[in-house]
Amino acid sequence: MSKTSKMGDMRTGYGEALAELGSMRKDVVVVGADTTQSLKTSLFGYKFPERFFNIGIAESNAVSIAAGLALAGKIAFVSTYAAFIPGKCVDQIRNAIAYPNLNVKIVASHAGLSVGPDGASHQQVEDIATMRAIPNMKVLAPADEYSTRRLVFAIAESSGPCYMRLARPKSPVVYDDARFAIGSSNILRDGSDVAIVACGLMVAEALDAADILAQEGISCRVIDMYSIKPIDSDAIVKAARDTGAIVTAEEHNILGGLGSAVAEVVCEHAPCIMKRVGVKDTFGESGEHDELLAKYGLKARDIASAAREVVRLKR
Amino acid sequence: MMQAQDLLRLKEIARRTRRLIIESVAEAGSGHPGGSLSAVELVVALYFHKMRHDPKNPKWEDRDRFILSKGHAAPLLYSVLAQAGYFPVEELKTLRKLGSMLQGHPDFRTPGVEYCAGSEGIGLSVGIGLALAAKLDGKGYRTYVLLGDGEMQEGQIWEAAMAAVKYRLDNLTAIVDRNGIQQDGLTENIMPLEPLAAKWQAFNWNVIQIDGYDFEQIIDAYNKAEETLNRPTVIIAHTTKGKGVSFMEWSPQWHGQAPKKEQVSKILEEMGLL
Ligand SMILES: Cc1ncc(C[n+]2csc(CCOP(=O)(O)OP(=O)(O)O)c2C)c(N)n1
Ligand SMILES: [Mg+2]
Repeated sequence: MSKTSKMGDMRTGYGEALAELGSMRKDVVVVGADTTQSLKTSLFGYKFPERFFNIGIAESNAVSIAAGLALAGKIAFVSTYAAFIPGKCVDQIRNAIAYPNLNVKIVASHAGLSVGPDGASHQQVEDIATMRAIPNMKVLAPADEYSTRRLVFAIAESSGPCYMRLARPKSPVVYDDARFAIGSSNILRDGSDVAIVACGLMVAEALDAADILAQEGISCRVIDMYSIKPIDSDAIVKAARDTGAIVTAEEHNILGGLGSAVAEVVCEHAPCIMKRVGVKDTFGESGEHDELLAKYGLKARDIASAAREVVRLKR
Repeated sequence: MMQAQDLLRLKEIARRTRRLIIESVAEAGSGHPGGSLSAVELVVALYFHKMRHDPKNPKWEDRDRFILSKGHAAPLLYSVLAQAGYFPVEELKTLRKLGSMLQGHPDFRTPGVEYCAGSEGIGLSVGIGLALAAKLDGKGYRTYVLLGDGEMQEGQIWEAAMAAVKYRLDNLTAIVDRNGIQQDGLTENIMPLEPLAAKWQAFNWNVIQIDGYDFEQIIDAYNKAEETLNRPTVIIAHTTKGKGVSFMEWSPQWHGQAPKKEQVSKILEEMGLL
């Protein structure tokens, strides 16, 4: 599979899927925090005003209210920018949601560097790490609008807490049709020399990297690891055994994110040479999203050079 | 009473500040004009009249401190700092661009910036820390914190409100930009704040309400805050989001949207700035 030239918007996918879910299930409620137009949860709010709660600029309050709604049997979605949920309220998420294992679905946008010119305060590059370290919490990072839509339904069906991170900008459509399940992954392209395991917007970059590498005769498997926790260990072990060289790519700190999750599986079950592409334990800064991806080494060419290196090292 | 000449000077600086905000945000192509325009006079009065500070020596130990807790109004802070002489006005053209010292939200790489804000709700607590340190060190500097009204929905603001009273922080002044609007709409629809003055009074703050565009009222309030002993003062400044640009006034749409570059000359003309 190659990424298409069509662009999609994760937030539109999220908002529309949520509104559809609302018609299917009366027990779905949505909590917002003054960013409901931006997150497009307002689409749910227009249709079901009685099940929609805008708590204002009060993220800790919002996630805790979602906890109470879930305690009473609702499926509570709660959303704002990732800098603030989970960023501002990790304690409430841990103690009010994850510990009691409540049905709260946290969906946050503007994750990674994708908020661009707003700068470091708004660029959330730690969320996968913080959420992944909390017991009971599931962590998802869809690659495009289509997968976002599918995963909204998947997380509504799953029980217990879940965190899903979305990106801000319009982004290439990767999927036209596919199956998604929590704990699974999708092989978007098969290959034998190296496997690139990516999540979020980095999946499209990984596909571009595979194109670059193909021209050099390097055969690349590209795996969309949209479910970071639980993670598809079988797919990782198989990739390690089949290719013997793995590169991970994520718009997140290289500490604690997808790269770490994959390394944990690889080290324990199928040790092989590995490299992580990600933000190198630093805060971001203002700039256009694409400029930042280039500066922080997150473009297809960076993934490709990491892939070349692991291919060279395994020999 | 202020000298008429002083008043004219402040008004002129406020006009120039509005112009710089519009120009820099349009040039950046993103940012928050509404909440920057709404608090111009409040910040101009601090930097050009009330605060003791030295642009040539930004780290001067005895300087008064200003914390922009509603960090998205960075274009306002930067426009004022540039005019005060902390850095050249031309820098404003680089706002929000890669490599610029002028980040989307306040950041320590800019001379004169006291605190990196961006996540709302934190600045008042940081201000309390500064004010406590001033007392500890026997220093006379004052700390000013500008808050958004939507920002007051954060619970931390009220944790801070309690703490400042416990420690009798009469060297701390909070300023609320009461423009009635947040990102999704009107504060009173999203999460009502009223009765706001009564809330602060109940927390035992000295509460002063003013028209946020009347320099005499603003400066009088800053002076009264300084004269008030043993408790902190909050100045609730009644303002208009987008003040000065007709189509931005009272419009939540212009909270976080930049005007197009083509719109700039028309805006400046309408404001009598061309
Ligand atoms: C903790 C936090 N939540 C959300 C945001 C996103 N945000 C930026 S500005 C804003 C609205 C601010 O409203 P207000 O405080 O009234 O500011 P003003 O009207 O003065 O611009 C929001 C929700 C943020 N910066 N920080
Ligand atoms: Mg406001």
